Amino acid sequence: MKRVFITANTIVSPLGFTSDENLQQIKNNSSAIQFYNNTEILPNGFHAAIINEEKLNQNFQKSIVASDYTKLEKMMILSLQDTMACANFEITDRTALLIATTKGNIDTLNTKSKTSAHKAYLHVLGETIQNHFQFKNEPIIVSNACVSGILAVAVAKRLIQNGVYDNAFIVAGDVVSKFTLSGFHSFQAMSDSPCKPYSKYRNGITIGEAAASVAITSGSTSQNRIEIIGDGSCNDANHISGPSRTGEGLYKSIVSSLEEANVSAENIDFISAHGTATLYNDEMEAVAFNRANLQRTPLHSLKGYYGHTLGASGLLEAIVGLHSMQNNMLYTSLGMDELGVSKPLNIIQRNEKKNIRTFLKTASGFGGCNTAVLFKK
Amino acid sequence: MEGVIQQFYLKSSILKTSLHIQSFCSFRFNKIILNGETVVAKEKGLSFSEFSKTVYKESGIAYPKFFKMDNLSKLTFLTAEVLLKNCALPSEEKEKMALVLSNRSASLDTDRKHQLSIQSKENFYPSPAVFVYTLPNIGMGEISIRHQIKGENAFFVFKEFNAKFLMQYSEALIHNKKASHVLCGWVDIEEDAYRSFMYLVSKRGTYIHSEAIINKEYQNI
Repeated sequence: MKRVFITANTIVSPLGFTSDENLQQIKNNSSAIQFYNNTEILPNGFHAAIINEEKLNQNFQKSIVASDYTKLEKMMILSLQDTMACANFEITDRTALLIATTKGNIDTLNTKSKTSAHKAYLHVLGETIQNHFQFKNEPIIVSNACVSGILAVAVAKRLIQNGVYDNAFIVAGDVVSKFTLSGFHSFQAMSDSPCKPYSKYRNGITIGEAAASVAITSGSTSQNRIEIIGDGSCNDANHISGPSRTGEGLYKSIVSSLEEANVSAENIDFISAHGTATLYNDEMEAVAFNRANLQRTPLHSLKGYYGHTLGASGLLEAIVGLHSMQNNMLYTSLGMDELGVSKPLNIIQRNEKKNIRTFLKTASGFGGCNTAVLFKK
Repeated sequence: MEGVIQQFYLKSSILKTSLHIQSFCSFRFNKIILNGETVVAKEKGLSFSEFSKTVYKESGIAYPKFFKMDNLSKLTFLTAEVLLKNCALPSEEKEKMALVLSNRSASLDTDRKHQLSIQSKENFYPSPAVFVYTLPNIGMGEISIRHQIKGENAFFVFKEFNAKFLMQYSEALIHNKKASHVLCGWVDIEEDAYRSFMYLVSKRGTYIHSEAIINKEYQNI
């Protein structure tokens, strides 16, 4: 089987417009979450992590000819442009474009939106990105709830391994919108303070927005390349919105990725988990990680920094994990104080040096979906 | 006619691997076609809600959760129901089966309903029972629960039905030993315009797993 590597990456988020800027903020344990007293959206305002539109436009206009792009398109284009500049390959007819998003340009459905609601079709978003960069192939759009971003990594790897493409660019993105805020609010899933993954005092999610992109190829000799060595994406077959009590799908996804890579649990140096900070999600993860014998492995959730960036989260958080590997650093799981799950977990409580060779990224979402991807330095 | 089809299938098989398709099922225009045969045909004037309710009742399934589902999930659920009944897989094979579905409009049919409920401050009534269906993969969750399928899941969006991609990705899943069976297809709905097409890929089956055959069966309704 062909070996597949990540050779370039970029994060566009409220913490910065490059991966380096983002990593600097994470090293400083700075959160992007703020309180927005916007009663037009929710009666009591809300916490969220939102990209400043003026700053985004400045960065965008620095290098890209202005056009009538939506905020999400600008974020995705900025991210992908930077990744493409750093990648060790160019677009050919053997290059795939994968786009991962939960809701795309969903805010255009609002009748007050100045943008045509036609943009809410994900294939239209796909065409916009494809045309901007002149990709030769129709984009492959992954829309699989909150695992979309990390699932796209598994999809690209599998396609490259099987000789369908030589390489791929993936961009994942979602924006904070009234659509998602009101929905999670109706679910009573929103935290009334910045979210606190795995904490005894957690009481829900905080929503955020970001775009993240990576270059993936089977041809790399770079020192900085990170290999994708295993993946799995299994369903709980239990409930469409409630996480499984046994962590079934997440457990199966982890086992599938470990078996493929022929790696045992004790050889995993670090986990970047999903950790949304809802009561049931974090509890489910604790059960699954214990079943997989990963309860002693250092673990963090980045939701305390970025909020839950929906379809972008898996890829965004994987990229931070790749930098953890390259820097040999474990970064604090922000918002954690006292452990509030029923099974032991080794939550990273402060930044720490550690030699990291193998890293596991996991995510879970509505519809009972879960994904685990294993990376190696 | 049969001879022509045989030839067509033989030609396609020259290019392809050893994978097969066990069964095909399509829903469109208030008709259900299973392996080329029309098994249900209702009045064209029925709405999707009426049609799906009739199909549910006539199938004799007792699964009250069906009535909570949005239309995309109902379409996904019923198509899988007809197809899997025909395939009669043992439960241990079903458990490891992969699901690979796709469409054009994601969950926009239900997204628009949620949007209506939040459009104005005066008339603000978002509901979790609607919001949970504003994701296209929920229907896969529904069939996973119904049939206890715990394998690989992925939902893709394309402008049009993309037989080539579905074929490539299913083959990749099977070659990478992530599944031995893949339930594949297209499930799209916007108001009463709906179309579904599902088929089961595995190592054995009547049809060769090829882009030409998938496309041909997709068009056959």
